[in-house]
Amino acid sequence: MSNSNFTRRGLLKTSSLAGAGLAMPTIFTASSVAAYTNEPDGSGVTLGFNVPQTGPYAEEGKDELRAQELAVEHLNGEGDGGMLNTFSSKALQGGGILGNKVSFVTGDTQTKSDAARASAKSMIEKDGAIMINGGSSSGVAVAVQGLCQDAGVIFMAGLTHSNDTTGKDKKANGFRHFFNAYMSGAALAPVLKNAYGSDRRAYHLTADYTWGWTQQESMQAATESMGWETANNVLTPLATTDFSSYIAPVLNSGADVLVLNHYGGNMVNSLTSAIQFGLRDKQVNGKQFEIVVPLYSELMAAGAGENIKGVLGSMNWNWQLPDEGTKAFVKSFGEKYGRPPSNSAQTCYAQTLLYADAAMRAGSFNPCAIVEALEGFEFDGLGNGPTLYRAADHQCFKDVLVVKGAENPTNEYDTLEIVEVTPRAQVEYAPDHPMFAGGELGKCNPGA
Amino acid sequence: MDALILQILNGLDKGSAYALIALGLTLIFGTLGVVNFAHGALFMIGSFCAVSLSKILNLSYVTLDETQTDFLGNPLKVKTPYVESIFGADLGASIIDWAVPLAILFSIPIMIAIGFIMERGLIKHFYKRPHADQILVTFGLAIVLQEIVKHYFGANPIPTPAPDVFKGSLDFGVLLGFDANAIIYPYWRLVYFGFAAVVISAVFAFLQFTTFGMVVRAGMADRETVGLLGININKRFTIMFGIAAAVAGLAGVMYAPINSPNYHMGMDFLVLSFVVVVVGGMGSLPGAVAAGFLLGILESFASMNEIKALIPGIDQIIIYVVAIIILLVRPRGLMGKAGMMED
Repeated sequence: MSNSNFTRRGLLKTSSLAGAGLAMPTIFTASSVAAYTNEPDGSGVTLGFNVPQTGPYAEEGKDELRAQELAVEHLNGEGDGGMLNTFSSKALQGGGILGNKVSFVTGDTQTKSDAARASAKSMIEKDGAIMINGGSSSGVAVAVQGLCQDAGVIFMAGLTHSNDTTGKDKKANGFRHFFNAYMSGAALAPVLKNAYGSDRRAYHLTADYTWGWTQQESMQAATESMGWETANNVLTPLATTDFSSYIAPVLNSGADVLVLNHYGGNMVNSLTSAIQFGLRDKQVNGKQFEIVVPLYSELMAAGAGENIKGVLGSMNWNWQLPDEGTKAFVKSFGEKYGRPPSNSAQTCYAQTLLYADAAMRAGSFNPCAIVEALEGFEFDGLGNGPTLYRAADHQCFKDVLVVKGAENPTNEYDTLEIVEVTPRAQVEYAPDHPMFAGGELGKCNPGA
Repeated sequence: MDALILQILNGLDKGSAYALIALGLTLIFGTLGVVNFAHGALFMIGSFCAVSLSKILNLSYVTLDETQTDFLGNPLKVKTPYVESIFGADLGASIIDWAVPLAILFSIPIMIAIGFIMERGLIKHFYKRPHADQILVTFGLAIVLQEIVKHYFGANPIPTPAPDVFKGSLDFGVLLGFDANAIIYPYWRLVYFGFAAVVISAVFAFLQFTTFGMVVRAGMADRETVGLLGININKRFTIMFGIAAAVAGLAGVMYAPINSPNYHMGMDFLVLSFVVVVVGGMGSLPGAVAAGFLLGILESFASMNEIKALIPGIDQIIIYVVAIIILLVRPRGLMGKAGMMED
């Protein structure tokens, strides 16, 4: 008579546990012996650059990738060092990160949330990326930030301007260097008041997705607080290419300012339509009709051509700034690529250096150590003046640029001119501000 | 009232683009029986003919201006177009300014050649294959063409302005007795509407009043009988493919100042143009044109704030709602032949 310990119930329990283990995504199990996800073994460290390489923002993605490659060069001690020479923290000396030579892999977000998550997941699981950086869309940033939180890696966002990224969708493993829609409104409103007066009626055309909504809400609140009225807000589908039927009713509405809460191709097309309809040549309510584009990028400004002349907007950074950090970065970038960097390139470059610096100061790649090093970190020398990575929401606070389309451009890169550098104090807000309400930062996740 | 007139005007220029693309699609379907999903790409290539000519006319030699510096602090490279050095500054600048209208002449031979190459090199091998195969191969071709354009021109829109003389807008309201600014309309969009009317009339006149057109129409009605008469109808149909490509290209050339050309613009128009063809009636040239204008105007009306307040989102679905209704109550389309799509 044999004496076996196997029972039917025990077999079922064991099988179900084994099955659950096998079914669990490798993202949560691959480095089960490591302290955290993709812990380097000392031979090198891999960063994942997730940018749009195809689709409508491919040119922006290309510029981000140029900056990220340059950052890796500088981290490894190659080239002229760029902003490492001007960065207030001196932890980075060009010897890689914590003795590890830095390499990188790239993914294509296609500016689609599902594609961006898939490419980030692939870089984390297959290539061992320890940090994900890049992107040109808030929808993508929110999606990838959520993935990185679950996977236990750090997400250093690229161009994402929606309040939600560090508002209701904020995550402990995610950090945003780029400014946001609230800051655009806070910086632009006083300039608009000075330029166009406080007795104005604004008509908003707004891209119908997360960024557009928060941008419109921020601009409406900021302009109404200085006395403007809001005549109308019309949501335009993201896929719209011909805005004529949305532009045509604007003059009949009694509005004397058109606010285009559009970005990228939407902005180029809606602004082109508005200029074609001669809006800026008209007088309404006894005043010159004006157009405002709250968020500018150099690449899209080039797409809009001479239509942007004199049109006010805001930016995170511009290559024409006079500070030493900007000069160093523009020199490195310009000599390598023959063109000045865009503001999305600068934010990706700065984010890569900030991650590396945090790892050096923490003495570890553990995401929780990185989070601790970045929270409340104050720094300077990366082109934006004195900057704070606020602990409460992982949003950077720094000066914001108000710019306008160049009136007399002297070359193809001279598309925008700086009107004002709005001081950081003017664009700050409380972490529990209603526009950022909801959501919890949560706890850092080291994965593994 | 003024808002209605404004939306009719808006619909006319949208409809012009739909009608021109749908006309070419119908020509190809009516003659060769091919469902050509690459037709939107031909519209896009037409726009890039305007971009290319503009770039050619702006080819420049470089001189260094020691008094100014570039972003790296080096002496500024000042570009002077060869056209200006050959024809003088004023005439040269005028030639560059008129790049888009000049691109009409530039694009016709290019588009006809592209049409021939597409038809002879690829599409003729799919004449006897099911429509699903034709759709797959032409859709694939469209993606290849747009990726080629993106490779050479980049993903960003490229501003291609109309001549200075057409900048600004006409105040229709004042002409019709309304208040100033009640009905304004850009000059170039009026030019586009007029241009579309001329091209559509020319295609109809060509088919109606020339021997070549008569043979093509006979071939569309009964290909076998025309063939039995000893006429090489396939050769004529190939030429019609080239003409259809040229019509799509011309629509694209003149559209360049309306929306800055980008590699994806063909896809934006393609699905809508197919809906136009279905609503107008597969194979019906007058149907394609009528449906193009009808749907353009309906789309404009649906974008009115008053309409959207009643039915949110109607501006995005109106064309498809009309298509569904037409397919349910009159599957052959507004002007399609009896029996077409009614089996």
